[in-house]
Amino acid sequence: MNPLATIVLLPLLAGTLLCFTVGRDNAPARRLLTALIAGTVTLASLGLLLSLAPQVFAGQVLVAHTDWVPSLGLSLGWRLDGLALMFGLLITGIGALIVLYAHFYLGEADPAGKFYTLLMLFMAAMLGVVLSDNIMLLVVFWELTSISSFLLVGYWGHREDARAGARMALAVTGGGGLVMLAGFVLLGQIAGSYELSDILQRGDVIKTHPLYPLMLVLILVGCFTKSAQVPFHFWLPEAMAAPTPVSAYLHSATMVKAGIFLLARLYPAVGGTELFQAIVASFGLATVAFAAWVAIFKHDLKGLLAYSTVSHLGFITFLIGLNSPLSAVAAVFHILNHATFKAALFMSAGIVDHECGTRDLRRLGGLLRLMPWTATFAMTAAAAMAGIPLFNGFLSKEMFFHEAVEATMAGGALVPVVATLAGVFSMAYSLRLVHGTFFNGRPKDLPADAHPHDPPAGMLAPVALLAVLCVVVGVLPAATYGPMVDVAARAVLGEATPDYHLAIWHGFNLPLAMSAVAVLAGAALYFALLRRFALHRYTPRTVGKAVFTGLMDRLFASAGRITSRVENGSLQRSLMAMMAMAVLLGAAPFLAADALPAAGTRTLMPATPLAVVLWLLLLGTASTLVFTHHKRFQALVLVGVIGLVTALTFVGLSAPDLALTQLSVEVVSTVLLLMGLALLPQRSPVESDTFRRLRDATLALFAGAGVAALSWLVLTRDHASISWFFLDKSLAEGGGTNVVNVILVDFRGYDTFGEITVLGIAAIGVLALLDGFRTRRPDADPEGRAWAFERQPLMLRVAARVVLPLALLVSAYIFWRGHNMPGGGFIAGLITAVALVMQYMALGQARAESLLHGAAGRRFTRWIGSGLGIAGLTGIAAFLFGRPFLTSAHGHPALPVVGEVPLASAAAFDLGVYITVVGATLLTLSVLGAASKESHA
Amino acid sequence: MSILSSISVEFLVATGIGWVTACGVFLMLRGRSFPVVLGLTLLGYAVNIFIFVMGRLWSGAQPILGQGEVQADPLPQALVLTAIVIGFATTGFVIELALRSRAESGTDHVDGKEPDA
Repeated sequence: MNPLATIVLLPLLAGTLLCFTVGRDNAPARRLLTALIAGTVTLASLGLLLSLAPQVFAGQVLVAHTDWVPSLGLSLGWRLDGLALMFGLLITGIGALIVLYAHFYLGEADPAGKFYTLLMLFMAAMLGVVLSDNIMLLVVFWELTSISSFLLVGYWGHREDARAGARMALAVTGGGGLVMLAGFVLLGQIAGSYELSDILQRGDVIKTHPLYPLMLVLILVGCFTKSAQVPFHFWLPEAMAAPTPVSAYLHSATMVKAGIFLLARLYPAVGGTELFQAIVASFGLATVAFAAWVAIFKHDLKGLLAYSTVSHLGFITFLIGLNSPLSAVAAVFHILNHATFKAALFMSAGIVDHECGTRDLRRLGGLLRLMPWTATFAMTAAAAMAGIPLFNGFLSKEMFFHEAVEATMAGGALVPVVATLAGVFSMAYSLRLVHGTFFNGRPKDLPADAHPHDPPAGMLAPVALLAVLCVVVGVLPAATYGPMVDVAARAVLGEATPDYHLAIWHGFNLPLAMSAVAVLAGAALYFALLRRFALHRYTPRTVGKAVFTGLMDRLFASAGRITSRVENGSLQRSLMAMMAMAVLLGAAPFLAADALPAAGTRTLMPATPLAVVLWLLLLGTASTLVFTHHKRFQALVLVGVIGLVTALTFVGLSAPDLALTQLSVEVVSTVLLLMGLALLPQRSPVESDTFRRLRDATLALFAGAGVAALSWLVLTRDHASISWFFLDKSLAEGGGTNVVNVILVDFRGYDTFGEITVLGIAAIGVLALLDGFRTRRPDADPEGRAWAFERQPLMLRVAARVVLPLALLVSAYIFWRGHNMPGGGFIAGLITAVALVMQYMALGQARAESLLHGAAGRRFTRWIGSGLGIAGLTGIAAFLFGRPFLTSAHGHPALPVVGEVPLASAAAFDLGVYITVVGATLLTLSVLGAASKESHA
Repeated sequence: MSILSSISVEFLVATGIGWVTACGVFLMLRGRSFPVVLGLTLLGYAVNIFIFVMGRLWSGAQPILGQGEVQADPLPQALVLTAIVIGFATTGFVIELALRSRAESGTDHVDGKEPDA
């Protein structure tokens, strides 16, 4: 397997499965083992990436492809270039730290298995996003990050805020992903390929295409929702209900950067235009300043960090949006810097929460004395976040200011001002975080059992490592992140990568002045707000969340209204609507045609007097039925008459098999309807009003007229049928002269197999409906005559006893000759069923069941099972001869005494049909009979 | 007999199917479960015949080899044969559904509640 796929599949398969299996038991040893597994898998992926890094640094782009569904443009395509490598290292590197940190963070009661399984799933999804070469594959992983993020945010499923936050995150990012998918389809169509390797080469074609603006906007919606750009930012603060390791990992370092990754990834293909700059840079800039301002007023430590993250994501978005190569370098650099300091800050916030039992800045304070190490590392990271010199955040912020000054976008003069304001705000909230947590008096109203002190080394180590990185990178940028930034920027910009150098000192210039203003004004702003405006008493409002929940509520309400209007619970009405729709759809082609089609020219069959009599009988019976269906018993008799006419029609029109089937079905269904009727009211009340009756009659007449017209048009035309093939081959290849039966058991045996399965399912459905069900039979019929429960008449018992062997003999005969003459498994099965039903009537259910071992119908499932089994095994037997399923064989072996016997393997299949039919029929009747037993209660 | 000779079996079959369909649909739209089952049965007859006659009408031409010059179209017959049996199974299911529904809801109205007076 190629190493790129392995990097993703390790956490996706090995990671999730192992963590899930091992972590099912939440004992301390198992928790440790689960964490070790997660860590090992993460380090393995990291190691694989590192082993490939030299090739990437040497300028290669590693690509690997496996076809998936080539006709749809889907492939399992992987790609590793500088940008993907940088993100891959970020995901696995920070991932490893998070695994370590989370082991100490999670409480004894928190299921570690669940956490690490989901974390592995997320890591795999994220690696998939950055390593995909096929953009459809990318979408799959993209949505997988949304789903795993949903599960991780909702990790503490018993908490309402966790559930709500998870739902909102999923709705916004998942919805954005769908919009993005539409954009990707457009992109693939425009570029003529779904592989990034091709797409990135075709920027010129893409950017001049008339659909470019639409495609761009669709993709940007996906990016902006994922990376929490205004106005889609509101889900990120709500997602802070997640455990802190999740926030540190997903909501600062990785997932929220997926949108930014995609912007950078597609930059050569879709970026660099006026439109791209106008949208991306404007939204980015608005987000930087707005979110930084809001962050100052958040009392919750994680809320503050969440808004700060939104602001920094806007920072990067703005830089990618600008049409300046240098800004792309700055963006890449800041992705690394932000991940470094923000992950450290989230983890510190988690430690504070863990130790103090609260994250509320109004209650915290003075922790410097109590937890000096944590304080030191957190302050280091916060300094980087504020953009203080000597820390890494300062360097990228200088570049940001520089780009803001140079920006050529609309409203150019305002850009540096907004950028400086953003700097002021971010200084203010960074200061608030540090001052509010570690200085500013002592902690207030902590829970009684809280004794804040530095956490165990394992929990502190990841924070320490990241904090040290902030300083080292801040002092020696070119020697540390330099090569990585360079190779990633080259992946974004290609040949256009400008000359630049990462250094602390660029001389006295405008950006430096802006930084100075930001630091000083930021500090002043914070203390002014704290001292003069009672910052701690301010109650923040969350407009975005309110709008979102308002919209959702309204959506649900209106969906409910529409549903209740369409579907008011009346099946009668739904059925009417369905029928009306069917009639309309049937009529549509006729209405659309220019002229009504005329009858064809086939030579018609002259009617015999008998045919006319039957026709009149049919019309008369059906009409009588409609007018007198309230008398239910009589209605049953009339239905039987129509069934008989149907059977006679089959006889007259050369279908002896159908006639036999119809006749035997007629018997069992009449018995069935009679049994059902005994338990239902004997009469239907007349309750439809005249309007409804007229409406239904009109609809029914249209339906009937349509069917009649259609039949007439068809019957007067000749036809070309595929059936002549069956007539030709039936004897030669199927070994039978009854073509209908050969089709059933041989040519279309697969269909028949499906049909007897349906039969079995319907019968088992009946069993499920009525098993163990008892209903009380009315004591008397509608005329007040009491039902008699005498023993069955002697005549009937004797007759039944005589008829049974005869009937079984007949059905055996019908079965046996079926392949050549009318008959076969279906008909024989029905005849057997009729004979057995007769025993039920003659002997009574209890006696008949004890003879048949029916057990109130339940045991007949065995008949159905054996029948299906025999049919299936016959089909499988064909495999033994290397033929496809259900291939039949036939021959004429000569037996002693009997002589030559025509034998086809299809007969075994037909036996399966026979048994299934008997079983299903008897089950249906028997269950109904058992349900209607006289209750002795 | 002159009227009779101008009537074709095709006409009788087409109108017969149409009329049974109309009656079946009307019954299916009633409110009580029993007429709905009857309607369904009627519609079943009509549909089976409809599919069957898509192979056109043949007299004395059973699809059995060696019994005559011509054979009727066997394919629709095979289709309808299984349809008849499955139709029975469906009727059985619907009848027992109606019973169960009546026991659960206390009414045999298909809506599961007595219509408002």
